[in-house]
Amino acid sequence: RGADEMRDRVVLGEFGVRNVHTTDFPGNYPGYEDAWDQRRFEEAFRVDVIREEEDTLEFDMVGIDAAIANAFRRILLAEVPTMAVEKVFVYNNTSIVQDEILAHRLGLIPIRADPRLFEYRNQGDQEGTEIDTLQFQLKIKCKRNPQAAKESSDPDELYFNHKVYSKHMTWVPLGNQTDLFPDADFRPVHDDILIALLRPGQEIDVLMHCVKGIGKDHAKFSPVATASYRLLPDITLLQPIEDEAAETLQKCFSPGVIEIQNINGKKVARVANARLDTFSREVFRHEGLKNLVRLARVRNHYIFSVESTGILPPDVLVSEAIKILMGKCQRFLNELDSVPME
Amino acid sequence: IQADGTDGNCVTFVLHDEDHTLGNSLRYMVMKNPDVEFCGYCITHPSESKINFRIQTRGALPAVEPFRKGLNDLMGVCQHVLSTFERSVKEFRAQK
Repeated sequence: RGADEMRDRVVLGEFGVRNVHTTDFPGNYPGYEDAWDQRRFEEAFRVDVIREEEDTLEFDMVGIDAAIANAFRRILLAEVPTMAVEKVFVYNNTSIVQDEILAHRLGLIPIRADPRLFEYRNQGDQEGTEIDTLQFQLKIKCKRNPQAAKESSDPDELYFNHKVYSKHMTWVPLGNQTDLFPDADFRPVHDDILIALLRPGQEIDVLMHCVKGIGKDHAKFSPVATASYRLLPDITLLQPIEDEAAETLQKCFSPGVIEIQNINGKKVARVANARLDTFSREVFRHEGLKNLVRLARVRNHYIFSVESTGILPPDVLVSEAIKILMGKCQRFLNELDSVPME
Repeated sequence: IQADGTDGNCVTFVLHDEDHTLGNSLRYMVMKNPDVEFCGYCITHPSESKINFRIQTRGALPAVEPFRKGLNDLMGVCQHVLSTFERSVKEFRAQK
């Protein structure tokens, strides 16, 4: 049974974490079948979607190892491509925001364009063709409002167009893009991102080229607001805990984790829903309770939380990430087969 | 890839343009192979993106075989994960 605990659980002790690394490799445990078996993996593996909203997805992956779950997380953050503004051609910028700061801000705006419809730009290609570039224009001039009241100091009343929002960016089709994407509507994901502030007489006239890129190159290309996972908590009470100790125990954990039941007139504590716990380890500060509870995590149960910036829905992002990992393996398999190894 | 080794059984592969993403997952799949005696990877320098991936087999099996099997197994895992995930999302949406 000790071997089972070492294989399945990461145990949180008072001063450290035990059994962190995966040890179930063939030969480590006599009597256990640890060699890779695709069929056994498929039987034990499952995915449960817990919650899906417009831009967030929370799902469980059970039966997979940390190395592969982490690979998916890393790919979601850094290697799923998106489109973002890369080159900004400044024709006129008399605003108070410097050219390079303005260009930096424009690059960070998420653009609603499906990156799978576009190709990567060739290295050294300055112009950009219609298959790899999206062109946007931002042309805005601030004017004084002649109808404003004499004593008002509210800039919304005094000036026209003094706040430059992302909704002022317009798509300029290149070449045959109107035919390639007849009902496409390329624009920033959010209309109300403030880019710059202007006063009368100042204007901004820029042309922007969006290209396809990955997060490894620049963080503006990352398609997720964040993608993270945590392991499923597993709380075991080693002895029955009653009365006052039960009350203290309930306060040690996040609300909803421990519930108190009334059995034969006595209050008995029971673990209701360990999943909600955030493991603050408060229980180790109580001398009487710290040896009666075992805090652990289930090693192969991952609770993923993916939040997208709005370019692609989160379930599409996860599918793309898995396909990218397959693409990497396929690349090396092709190289192995084509190049003779000496 | 480049390969380097004294005999066919212990080989160090140098994989270019890769990092922990593929390195760790591939190491896990190759370690699950009972013919492999030693498997490990390291990143030579954090500024260059290449990893040294070393496989040592027990017996007379050439080291390229566990490498190939590891890649194929990893492909199989990804395929299964993808189909299970898409199926779960579809079921979740259907029952909402």
